[in-house]
Amino acid sequence: MLSNTEKELIVQIWDKMIPVAEEIGSEALLRMFTTFPKTKTYFSHLDISASSEHLRCHGKKIVQALADGARNISTLATTLAPLSRFHAYQLRIHPTNFKLFNHCIIVTLACHMGDNFTPVAHAAIDKFLSAFSAVLAEKFR
Amino acid sequence: MVEWTEFEKTTIQDIFSKMNYEVVGPQALARCLIVYPWTQRYFGKFGNLYNAAAIMGNPMVAAHGTVVLHGLDRAVKNMDNIKATYAELSVLHSEKLHVDPDNFRLLADCLTVVVAGQLGASFTPEVQAAFQKFIAVVISALGKQYH
Repeated sequence: MLSNTEKELIVQIWDKMIPVAEEIGSEALLRMFTTFPKTKTYFSHLDISASSEHLRCHGKKIVQALADGARNISTLATTLAPLSRFHAYQLRIHPTNFKLFNHCIIVTLACHMGDNFTPVAHAAIDKFLSAFSAVLAEKFR
Repeated sequence: MVEWTEFEKTTIQDIFSKMNYEVVGPQALARCLIVYPWTQRYFGKFGNLYNAAAIMGNPMVAAHGTVVLHGLDRAVKNMDNIKATYAELSVLHSEKLHVDPDNFRLLADCLTVVVAGQLGASFTPEVQAAFQKFIAVVISALGKQYH
C-alpha cells in the first residue's frame, strides 16, 4: 500500500535515475551477479562482465522500465502487461530472484544517494519494487 | 567450517574497524523497524514506534541498535568459528526472545544498506559480496539452535 507521499517520492527518485539509467542499471546487475552468482545462469547468452556493452544496455532497459512503472503506479498491471507476459512465458525466472535483484537496486541507490536515501525513501522504494516484481511474476501460473 | 579468502577477511576487518557502532547500529535497527514494520512485534516495550520520525528519535531503539552491532563484533573477531561463537546467542534468540529467524535477514539487509550509504562508491560489488557472505554466515549461526 503506497501513500500519495510515497508515490511522489518514488517518481522523484526514478526521474533522477533516468539520465544515469545505464550506470545505475548495470551497477545493480553487476552487484547481483557478484553477490549471488546463481543469478548469472539466466544470462549465459550475454557478455555480462563489468562495463560490457550487454550489461550497460540491459541495465538501461531495466531502469527505464522501472521509471515507467513509477510514473504509472496506479496502473502497473496494464503498463507492465507486455513485460509480465515476457517474464512468464519466455524468461521464466525463478521468483526468488526478483527479491535478490530488488535488494541490489536498493544497495545501488544507497551508494549513490548516501544520506538522501532515508529510511522513508527506502521503505517506499522497497514497496514499489515488491509491487513491480509481483506484477512481473503475476502470469507465472 | 567456512572458508574465507584473504580479500574477504581483510574487507570485513576493514569495514568494521572503521565503523562507528553507535551510529550504524541505531540507523540499521531504525531502518529495519521502518521498512519492515512487522519487526516491531519484538519491541513492544520500546515506547513510541508510531512513525518513522518517532522510531529514528527513540533512545531505546538507538541503545539496542548499538547492542546488536557489538554482538556482530563477536563474529568479526572470530571469523573462523562463528557458529560456536554464536551458539549461546542463538539459544537466546530462539528460546527467550522467540524471534522468527527470517527477520535476521531483514535486519542484515538494512545494515547492508546503511553501510552502502556510508561507503558510497567504495562499497564495490566485490566488497558487497564479501560483506553479504559474512552476514549470511552470521545469520546461519544465529538460526542454528532453533528446534
